[in-house]
Amino acid sequence: MNYHPQIHPIDQVGVGERASRLFSRSIKKESKIRALKLALSMIDLTTLEGKDSLGKVRQLCYKASHLHDQFSNLPQVAAVCMYPNMVEVAKKALKSSSIKIAAVATAFPSGMATLEAKLNEVKSVVDAGVDEVDMVMSRGRFLQGDYSYVFDEVAKVKNTCGKAHLKVILETGELITLDNVRKASDLAMEAGADFIKTSTGKVKPAATPSVVLVMLEAIRDFYKRTGKIVGMKPAGGISTAKLAIQYLVMVRETLGQEWLTPDRFRFGASSLANDILMQIVKQSTGIYQSINYFSID
Amino acid sequence: MSKRLGIRKTYKLYINGKFPRTESGRYYKWTDEKKTAIMNMCRGSRKDFRNAVVAARKAFEGWSSRTAYNRGQILYRIGEMLEGHRDQFIGELILQGLTKRAAEKEITQTIDRFIYYAGWADKYQQVFSRVNPVSMPYFNFTVPEATGVVAVCAPEESSLLGFVSVLVPVIAGGNTCVILASQSRPLCSISCAEILHSSDVPAGVVNILTGLRTELLEHFSSHMDVNSMIYCGENLQEIKMVEENAALNVKRAVIYKNEAWSKKTSQGPYYILETQEMKTTWHPVGV
Repeated sequence: MNYHPQIHPIDQVGVGERASRLFSRSIKKESKIRALKLALSMIDLTTLEGKDSLGKVRQLCYKASHLHDQFSNLPQVAAVCMYPNMVEVAKKALKSSSIKIAAVATAFPSGMATLEAKLNEVKSVVDAGVDEVDMVMSRGRFLQGDYSYVFDEVAKVKNTCGKAHLKVILETGELITLDNVRKASDLAMEAGADFIKTSTGKVKPAATPSVVLVMLEAIRDFYKRTGKIVGMKPAGGISTAKLAIQYLVMVRETLGQEWLTPDRFRFGASSLANDILMQIVKQSTGIYQSINYFSID
Repeated sequence: MSKRLGIRKTYKLYINGKFPRTESGRYYKWTDEKKTAIMNMCRGSRKDFRNAVVAARKAFEGWSSRTAYNRGQILYRIGEMLEGHRDQFIGELILQGLTKRAAEKEITQTIDRFIYYAGWADKYQQVFSRVNPVSMPYFNFTVPEATGVVAVCAPEESSLLGFVSVLVPVIAGGNTCVILASQSRPLCSISCAEILHSSDVPAGVVNILTGLRTELLEHFSSHMDVNSMIYCGENLQEIKMVEENAALNVKRAVIYKNEAWSKKTSQGPYYILETQEMKTTWHPVGV
């Protein structure tokens, strides 16, 4: 179809200022523990390396459901996220658990494949039984101004997903301007994305405060206009509990309390989980922790 | 013409190769005995300590895997730099209550201490390593290795020679450290940061805090990512706390009680050994 993006200019300085003001909030004591546990429950525990092995994925799945057994009352993470060829072993490892399984598809991370190959890949992971598909947007086509192609691609992938949730990775590090980030967010949501996600984690900069704020505002405007709920997933470079809490503040102030649930907000991360666990233990014992006493991720 | 106003130095902490103010924004006033100089010292907080441990942990891999010879070169370089700042330190020692003569002696001994340990940096391994006799076809040998991140509570009385005497054996042995300067005489210790900073010591290898011992000691001794703790002092309650907290993650607790740092006997390879762990390896004969 012929897709013409709405022009929605972004005030780059204003967004930066607002993001840094939201990031300066101080969350302490009980509120901090609540925020930490919430953040933990929103993590998509991720492994997307060329050197991933079956054993590594099994270990990841084990960690997802046994974050830190010495400590009771911990939530489990929302999902595990991996390459398509690892889905089967993850499926087996998480058989009796409510943790969702997400796979990246559509020639992650570059997205440089034919539409047919991408759809086949999506179909194969959906057939394998994933709950969520993380697709990458065609940034090259987008930057050429071929918005209709990108729109159709997302729509077809969404169609192929069936019941599985679709997250669209914009790869904001390659979109250059915040105007483009807004444009891409609008496009992805119009085309049927259930979640929009900042980055693959392979390109720097990945999730930055300004980019996340622009995307959250796009979600808010889309919700007000259409009534449709779209989730948000910042990914890449979010490795500290402090940063995670700052993003939660941003979500709360932009989209409201209803978005503070794993159904609508996720963190794509690997080492974030351990940092949050260390903070939770520190909060309850008063003793600074060491990574040596937590399972490897 | 009006009299020129003096430019006073702001004393700050030394963390990760940078000179930040304390994150807490707190200070304590330090005055010399004659009240000729009054200055504010950072009252470092537990969060400053936490940041310093993160920096030390990050620096550990690089520092411990340098060649021992290179660590010796850098220690020697610190000695050279200190020599160039001799007058500055003499002035500071006099402010801290020493006579000129005593100050001159102390700076000389301090410089010599760097040179002394610079020599030991690539020799203590040979001295303390051994081949153990075993009744099987194996080579069995034991070698010292750096322990990791060391938290140091420096001597209260001797803020230059004492401070340096506990610090140098730790880094000569490939450890990284966070060191709390003397509370009552912080001046020379925090000035040392500038010397270390200009001597090719990588960022994070030495982190220096000033502040109140009563406030920080608990965190120094309990932090799970600290592998060893050196305590200088005589307070039995504090020693008890250090030893008890050290048990949390089986830290090596080293206590220096009533050490006379100006004596020749207060230096030696055994001070390096205090923050080393011995690793024993079995290796099949003939392979």
